[in-house]
Amino acid sequence: MSDMRNDDDMAVLLTTPVDAGALRRLHRRLEQAAEQADLIDVAYTTIDSPVGKLLLAATPKGLVRVAFDGEDHDQVLEALGHKISPRILRAPRRLEEAAREIDEYFARRRRVFDVPLDLSLSRGFRRLVQTHLPEIGYGQTRSYRDMAELVGNPKAVRAVGTACATNPLPIVVPCHRVLRTDGTLGGYIGGLEAKTALLDLEAAA
Amino acid sequence: MKQPFESVVVQHGATVLRVCRVVLGPHDADDAWSETFLAAMRAYPDLPETANVEAWLVTIAHRKAIDVLRAAKRNPLPVDEVPEAPGGQGVPDAEDVGLWAAVRELPSKQRQAIAYRYVAGLAYAEIAEILGGTVEAARRAASDGLKNLRKHYPGAITKGASS
Repeated sequence: MSDMRNDDDMAVLLTTPVDAGALRRLHRRLEQAAEQADLIDVAYTTIDSPVGKLLLAATPKGLVRVAFDGEDHDQVLEALGHKISPRILRAPRRLEEAAREIDEYFARRRRVFDVPLDLSLSRGFRRLVQTHLPEIGYGQTRSYRDMAELVGNPKAVRAVGTACATNPLPIVVPCHRVLRTDGTLGGYIGGLEAKTALLDLEAAA
Repeated sequence: MKQPFESVVVQHGATVLRVCRVVLGPHDADDAWSETFLAAMRAYPDLPETANVEAWLVTIAHRKAIDVLRAAKRNPLPVDEVPEAPGGQGVPDAEDVGLWAAVRELPSKQRQAIAYRYVAGLAYAEIAEILGGTVEAARRAASDGLKNLRKHYPGAITKGASS
């Protein structure tokens, strides 16, 4: 059995097993070094919540994206790579504050989010609407028409709908508090079930 | 479209670590891995979308390993450390220790050629570019390295037989 090995045998021997623990440790080391060197243009993590798994992503400026599971997190990250930078790393440290505030929100211990936001994914009218959404208080709702009036463009009801539908920071920027004029739900990126869950959560508090 | 850098780490992290282990031994491989991915992350936005990501990473790892070797020569370790046993329970796996020792005895070019060919699976043309020689020289380095390994590491089954 000690005769010549063929190349494949040698390849197997040289391909030493790399255990997952070693790679996790190296990944954490990379997160720290990259953060120190200001190389992480987008840091992200995922957290569990009552409305499913949420992707949280932040630039050095602040929280830039919250995505529901239904949005396909891989696709969301690819889009972030395209729109912001491909220097994207799973680096939960930067998201600690946002994750804590979201946990508190779902535990009904928080009504207003304080975490810094980066609205750079939105432009123009959409961004204007999204900037004003946090003015709708916890547990309250407004119609798309109310929002159009609030931003000084009463005819732009449909555009307000688009601005809510393309909100890059759902939950934290409360587009779920905007309903149709007749009181029905309208749409929601996280699905109507999630919208109802958020409204019920706030109504019960 | 270029994938997020995290996907590069997930897809190629293990292979780059194996390459670093063969080139440097288990002890210094972690440092080379870390330096490689940090440098790669810095340069990633400028990498052409059509580039072979693995060959690019191995090229960076090659340079970082040379840096680590140079640093080690300046500050030699007082004791020749025994590589950590990959198998659990702290019992060194005789087979693996013997292999590492044999790999470490190889001339560096042969060791590198073996790592890039048999661990990373690069083409000889890519290896030649990394090592800075002809394709034929790269092929020869890999095959000489393999021959030398077989000579000095005739097999783990006949335990204790190798000198």
